[in-house]
Amino acid sequence: MKLQYVGLEEIKGPLIVIDHVKDVAYGEVVEIELDDGTIRRGGVIEISGEKALIQVYEGTQGISLENTKTAFLGHPIRMGLSKEVLGRVFSGTGEPIDDLGPIFVDEYKEVYSSPLNPISRIYPRNYIHTGISTIDALTTLIRGQKLPIFSDSGMPHDKLAVQIVKQAQISKNENDNFCIVFAAMGVKNDVADYFKRSFEEAGVLDKVVMFLNLSNDPIIERIITPRCALTTAEYLAFQQDMHVLVILTDVTSYCEALREFSSSKGEIPGRKGFPGYLYSDLASIFERAGIIEQSKGSITQIPILTMPNNDITHPIPDLTGYITEGQIVLDSELKQKGIYPPMGILPSLSRLMKDGIGAGYTREDHQALANQIFASYSKVGEARSLASVIGEDELSPVDKAYIDFGNLFEKHFINQGFTVSRSIEETLDLGWQLLSMLSREELNRTEDRFLDQFYNHKQAVEDFGLEEKSIITSLKEIGD
Amino acid sequence: MNENVIFSINGPVIRVKDTSTFSMLEMVFVGHKKLLGEVIEISKKFTTIQVYERTVNLKPGEPVLSTKEAISLTLGPGIINNIFDGIERPLKSIAKESGAFIPIGSNVDPLSIDKEWDVTFKIKIGDYVTFGDIYGVIPETKIIEHRLMVPKGVDGQVVEVVLDGLYRLYDVVAVIKDKFDVLHELTLCQRWPIKTPRPVAERIQTTTPLITGQRIIDTLFPIAKGGTAAIPGGFGSGKTMMQHQIAKWCDADIIIYVGCGERGNEITHALDEFSTLVDPKSGDLLIERTVLIANTSNMPVAAREASIYTGITIAEYFRDMGYHVAVIADSTSRWAEALREISGRLEEMPAEEGFPPYLSTRLSQFYERAGYVKTLNELTGSITIIGAISPQGADFSEPVTQNTKRFVHCFWALDKQLAYNRHYPAINWLQSYSEYIQSLVKWYNRNVDINFLDNRQKFIALLAEEDKLMEIVKLIGSDLLPDHQKLIIETGKLIRTGFLQQDAFHKEDTFVPLDKQSKMMEIILYLHDQSLKVLQSGVAFRMITNTNIFSDLSKMRYKIANDELELFDNYLKKIDTALAGVR
Ligand SMILES: Nc1ncnc2c1ncn2[C@@H]1O[C@H](COP(=O)(O)OP(=O)(O)OP(=O)(O)O)[C@@H](O)[C@H]1O
Ligand SMILES: [Mg+2]
Repeated sequence: MKLQYVGLEEIKGPLIVIDHVKDVAYGEVVEIELDDGTIRRGGVIEISGEKALIQVYEGTQGISLENTKTAFLGHPIRMGLSKEVLGRVFSGTGEPIDDLGPIFVDEYKEVYSSPLNPISRIYPRNYIHTGISTIDALTTLIRGQKLPIFSDSGMPHDKLAVQIVKQAQISKNENDNFCIVFAAMGVKNDVADYFKRSFEEAGVLDKVVMFLNLSNDPIIERIITPRCALTTAEYLAFQQDMHVLVILTDVTSYCEALREFSSSKGEIPGRKGFPGYLYSDLASIFERAGIIEQSKGSITQIPILTMPNNDITHPIPDLTGYITEGQIVLDSELKQKGIYPPMGILPSLSRLMKDGIGAGYTREDHQALANQIFASYSKVGEARSLASVIGEDELSPVDKAYIDFGNLFEKHFINQGFTVSRSIEETLDLGWQLLSMLSREELNRTEDRFLDQFYNHKQAVEDFGLEEKSIITSLKEIGD
Repeated sequence: MNENVIFSINGPVIRVKDTSTFSMLEMVFVGHKKLLGEVIEISKKFTTIQVYERTVNLKPGEPVLSTKEAISLTLGPGIINNIFDGIERPLKSIAKESGAFIPIGSNVDPLSIDKEWDVTFKIKIGDYVTFGDIYGVIPETKIIEHRLMVPKGVDGQVVEVVLDGLYRLYDVVAVIKDKFDVLHELTLCQRWPIKTPRPVAERIQTTTPLITGQRIIDTLFPIAKGGTAAIPGGFGSGKTMMQHQIAKWCDADIIIYVGCGERGNEITHALDEFSTLVDPKSGDLLIERTVLIANTSNMPVAAREASIYTGITIAEYFRDMGYHVAVIADSTSRWAEALREISGRLEEMPAEEGFPPYLSTRLSQFYERAGYVKTLNELTGSITIIGAISPQGADFSEPVTQNTKRFVHCFWALDKQLAYNRHYPAINWLQSYSEYIQSLVKWYNRNVDINFLDNRQKFIALLAEEDKLMEIVKLIGSDLLPDHQKLIIETGKLIRTGFLQQDAFHKEDTFVPLDKQSKMMEIILYLHDQSLKVLQSGVAFRMITNTNIFSDLSKMRYKIANDELELFDNYLKKIDTALAGVR
């Protein structure tokens, strides 16, 4: 029989205080039984003498000082796991909510896990072919990487994530050994539904584990949600040798929950009211991606984050960028031009790319091509802003060529569409073909041997139906 | 004796009530699992302790044990080619013992106590020895000779010393009798508190650069051995890459790489790379001169605070053996944030942006531990500190950047826009500076080229001028500029793409010796000067660019191998031919 404490000392926001407790551990999980028989869970976040401060995951509405009985369960918050979690739907705290009953538990794992020993990590090197040119060529996704999508509301980040799931070859040759862990944190029901339907259409629903903390679900629960998801992912990857793709959406809602929690504790706020430990907190989520020596599986994370005010220097994207291994940034200007995926390639980056591409992985010229595209495309922006000042007609021929290249590049390379999947060869060849629109002297980021092999100006001009001189005006007729 | 027990727990901060037995900064063991902690505040009511591990499952009433010692390191053979967490716990041994995840309360000896080291003694019975004297040497790795130094507080005559041979860490190898006839036993190791700088005989003016093989650093913004540098930059701007480059290629004897609150994969990567790459100086693997301190962002925050001190203390220990040590800290911002986090838990009054008021003192104390010195045992050694800063929002006006700027003499400002444009290393040449040029003049004149610093000045002037002109170009385009200004823009571009940009992944370009840097600079300036003459003779600038000589030169960094410097003469000829053709 568990010891139960009747009544509370204090309630403030999502927190409750119980006095005169004995033998309670920091981090211990509690079960709070209300008069009406419903049960809520919480965790001890501070103990001072015999007083325990507890965060209630499901919130404190309806709780009074007298209507509760609280039991301390003797362990920190944990999840019961087995391979049966595949295909199931859980609440934000890891309770099954799909009416299929409890799952058989093979092992309990603490949701706040111990840190991975860097010695045991294996540096990720195998690229995941997504079939999306901008990603494959310029921000290559690597198995075991954490690569967030920085977006804005109204942008097609969900669509892009779904396209990655559909097209990505997460595990080469071992196709039934992959799975998806999806964690909704404060998103609307239709977003969760969209993902669910897409997984269904892709025929992978039985390989998906879903954790749902939707926008109308309790906020404190949201702090636990990504950790339940990642605990599950770790079990599947490191104990069951599976390749796990984790989608976390929306990191911004998660951070807002953390901010609310922090302020209810009366902590000194940092930038924009977020707690000073936001970096460490996010790191304890994102660092749970990777590959370890002891197992064959991997955890790849694609967190989705809507940037408040579309501002990349806002603390949420800023701190995320400091932790993740690059970012995919969606660009509203490209979206307005009707380009999908509207990926802003200059601010996007994959840090693990350099060691996962090239001869033996993708193709020898890959890095050179990527370097040159970045360099040339960055000149497009300069030429465009000059054009907006002095007018396109006044541009030098070189600047005109860049404008021309920029438009073609966006139209043919970036604007790939939702249903098209390109092989890595197609993507790289297309890149060289577009670069070949520029004069060879402009391509100074590349060793000559690659230019000798891939540069073909004449062919490019032919392919894109362009006369070297007739530039901007003719653009509108090309393509499609 | 009544036992001290935990009263309250709040994250990494615990309190003990009604006790006066602890002293400030004392190391304590907390709870049944003996978690390492440090006393950080004492009042009549409470003693406050920060715990270096996760406190989950800890309960009030568990014991807190005093050690009467400040947080200290075990210093001895076995440090090099090893990897520790922020409080000197050996990560390899922990992995062996506990698997992939670091458990709470693992108490593994920092250094192997069983390994036998081949010691040659430098003392004999009757010798008088004192703090810092070298009493024996050990080939610790292929490159590094470990010099055993008499610990602090030992001063007297050698009354016993064993024969040269194989000994383990805690074997007593010599006995010293002090003037009060007290005997002191020497082993192969000693302890030193991490927050106390190790003393030196004197500081010497630093006159030698730390050569990194990175052009923008060695040529434009050099750092002296014993100097300090900060690398601030937003996420993804290249701090870690630059620091890895320096760790790999710089000409220090020993590298202490502190991964402080950063990514696990970066540590893994560094370990992989250093274990396979060959040090150009010694011909042996880089790891044989490297120590890694890894307190990744998901590890406990108090140990993150300690990791910086752990790194610098190890550096001082090797400096005292007469080595030139480089401490590379990535990132000092995470360390400052750890201070902020602990300070917040203590409910201290914050100063700017929530950072504690003592942030600037702590930063200055850290950078103060750099320097070029004469050691107690009359050797010379140095510690160079290169610290990354991760400013929030990439905004350099934030407290960590601003306070660091006051204490460092090199500022290598990484620029987000350059990084977006993949201009790597993305060091902004207008915002960055080095205050060491004056003290390095002699060295450059003697060891590189008498014109080197003049040429450097010309580069800086050209770049500044180009920047001004680019402002105009943004408004009117470049076509309307007079030819001599077009030339400046073209030379500026060549300097940027052909010299300042450096490809860390290219086998020749990743590390470039100073004489090659000097030659490249010379050739670029030669082209500029000759072109100017041609322009003055009335030739249109377009004629010169049409020869493609500028774009040709922009690739010389790939085309001339580091050991084929004579090929530069071909470029002189090429320039002459090209320009002769348009005259
Ligand atoms: N010198 C370089 N050569 C080539 N690529 C580089 C160079 N410097 C940086 N990069 C590219 O930029 C990426 C990010 O660099 P890095 O990881 O060093 O950034 P950082 O400033 O340390 O970021 P954070 O603060 O998030 O840790 C690298 O993964 C690499 O792709
Ligand atoms: Mg970094």
